[in-house]
Amino acid sequence: MTDQLQHYIQARRQQKDLLLMTHIVLGYPDFDTSLRVVEAMVEAGVDLMELQIPFSEPMADGPVILRANAEALKTGATVDRCLELSEQITQRFDIPFLFMTYYNILFRRGVADFVGQMKQIGMQGAIIPDLPPEEGADYLAAMRSCELAPIHIFTPNTSSERMQHLSDCSAGFIYTVARKGVTGKDTAFSSELGDYLARCRAATNLPLALGFGVTSRADFEFIRGKADIAVIGSETIRVMERDGVAAVKPFIQGILSGG
Amino acid sequence: MKHSGYHTQFGGAFIPEILVPTFEQLEAAYLEAKADPAFWAEYKALMSSYSCRPTPITFAENLTRHFGGAQIYIKREDLNHTGAHKANNVMGQGLLTRRMGKKRVIAETGAGQHGVATATMAARFGFECTIYMGAVDVARQRPNVFWMEQMGATVIPVEDGSRTLKDAINEAFRDWVTNMDDTHYVLGTACGPYPFPDMVTWFQSIIGQEARQQMLERVGRLPDRAYACVGGGSNAMGLFSGFLNDKEVELVGVEAGGRGRGTGEHAARLAYDDASIGVAQGYKTYFLQDRDGQMQDTHSVSAGLDYVGVSPILASLHETGRVRFEAATDDEVIKAMQLTVRKEGLIPALESSHAFAQAFKEAPDLSPNDIILINQSGRADKDIFTVADAIDDPKWKEFIIRKAAQYQSGAQGGH
Repeated sequence: MTDQLQHYIQARRQQKDLLLMTHIVLGYPDFDTSLRVVEAMVEAGVDLMELQIPFSEPMADGPVILRANAEALKTGATVDRCLELSEQITQRFDIPFLFMTYYNILFRRGVADFVGQMKQIGMQGAIIPDLPPEEGADYLAAMRSCELAPIHIFTPNTSSERMQHLSDCSAGFIYTVARKGVTGKDTAFSSELGDYLARCRAATNLPLALGFGVTSRADFEFIRGKADIAVIGSETIRVMERDGVAAVKPFIQGILSGG
Repeated sequence: MKHSGYHTQFGGAFIPEILVPTFEQLEAAYLEAKADPAFWAEYKALMSSYSCRPTPITFAENLTRHFGGAQIYIKREDLNHTGAHKANNVMGQGLLTRRMGKKRVIAETGAGQHGVATATMAARFGFECTIYMGAVDVARQRPNVFWMEQMGATVIPVEDGSRTLKDAINEAFRDWVTNMDDTHYVLGTACGPYPFPDMVTWFQSIIGQEARQQMLERVGRLPDRAYACVGGGSNAMGLFSGFLNDKEVELVGVEAGGRGRGTGEHAARLAYDDASIGVAQGYKTYFLQDRDGQMQDTHSVSAGLDYVGVSPILASLHETGRVRFEAATDDEVIKAMQLTVRKEGLIPALESSHAFAQAFKEAPDLSPNDIILINQSGRADKDIFTVADAIDDPKWKEFIIRKAAQYQSGAQGGH
């Protein structure tokens, strides 16, 4: 497995004790806006980003990202256009970018071809939430040969034994989900979180990103010292929908201003 | 998680990580129940006392004479409680839910038959029940929504996507990833991630087991052809599994041809050439999708067949050639239904009428010594609004207008 992404995260962690990963849906509400949002996020100090290629059946996503997927497709977001924009993004901005999408997007292109294209356009890894390693032999082999990071997910339901197995199949970092449910629901940050994260740490040497439900600086501060990367998913879409693209940068800056 | 559940290249379990332990538990409970003869005995006893099993086969003497070809027999799944084969699956999964110690069930529904069946099961077993139904389907299937709510189920209209069956499935999965500890998802057809296709087929195989035995007892031999409609594919898998090893029985699956081949407005995944292999909703099969892998809108006069995917087991039987796939168009289906009502006094659901339509195309060319068997998977009470529209019945319209006027003036309905 490639260590490039992991090394980036570890080097960055020498400078600050909590990194921030954000997320956009490519082509929502349109491709120009997607580019402007990425620019705003990078300028605000985001450390890495997920670019989601829209899919018509986003089974693991909650209502906000689900609707963004549907809207993007309605306005003509094709996989080709997503790849083109992603290439522009990786050329212009100097942080790691990962794809988030569903397996059918890869499967339809041919898994090896898709992964080869990812490499070519400068992506560093991918999160495919409906592809457990048991179904992903082709994908894992292609990612390995292209030196890209396949990122897997830990959940509170995952046994320690399975966490170790998932870690063996991963590179870059582990995406740890703080609670059950789809993306974008509230999380009660319980005291059980500490025990859960300790279990995650024991199962892997990879950095931990803590996902789902960060909406404020208080949430971000709460994660400091517990995980390596905080993830903001659907909240930036909510901010953009409510207050416009111009509000995204101050929102991210506000979250990071404690550090 | 064991790596299993493939039928040739189709099936699998493409599930979010958070559901992995839930699927492990379900697979274990399913395999345990399957290995336990007492479970099947309990299931059969329940279905013979709560539903109407064994359902009979009926010789369609008038239709046989009308076509002058093969002898036509009909397996009467419409006589199940709630009027369709859906009861077989939900009562089986109800027993399994109880075995797993869960207290709440959720389900998706298209036409509403599976939702009603699940709501009856939940009422009977004392489970809490939530049904996800596309907003389009809620609007066109009010009678079923009415009964689900009467039985204590919460019906949630799904406003996302195409607002039909596939979106209801996505929404049910979203509920499940939040509430898997106390909740079982009663998937309604032989689709979805393993073990659902295999488990639903197992419960529905009671149709084929009975039918095979009944044909031998009544007619003295097996049918030459057996027809079933195919939406997700559970009634077809139920009937076909009784005859899979009988090579002399030709199995015919009939999909929704909608407005016909080449129109793009249909739900024929195997009979037409528009579908391709993909992975969605947790499993690999033929989907009606575009070049990028985005699911496309489907069309059928019958909500129950209006679905983008098809059972991975049927996709496999298509590939191996064991099952032949055909499609019947909306118009052919309405005509087949009217003919069956008129000639036999049977009222097949619009879904089931697809199987009748295809059988009627083929029966005249067969000899009177040939025998065909049609699965009447359900009855058409739920379709009364759709059928009345399709045949443009003036007296029905008059009735609805009068009824609406009564409600508008605040008067009580009825007498």
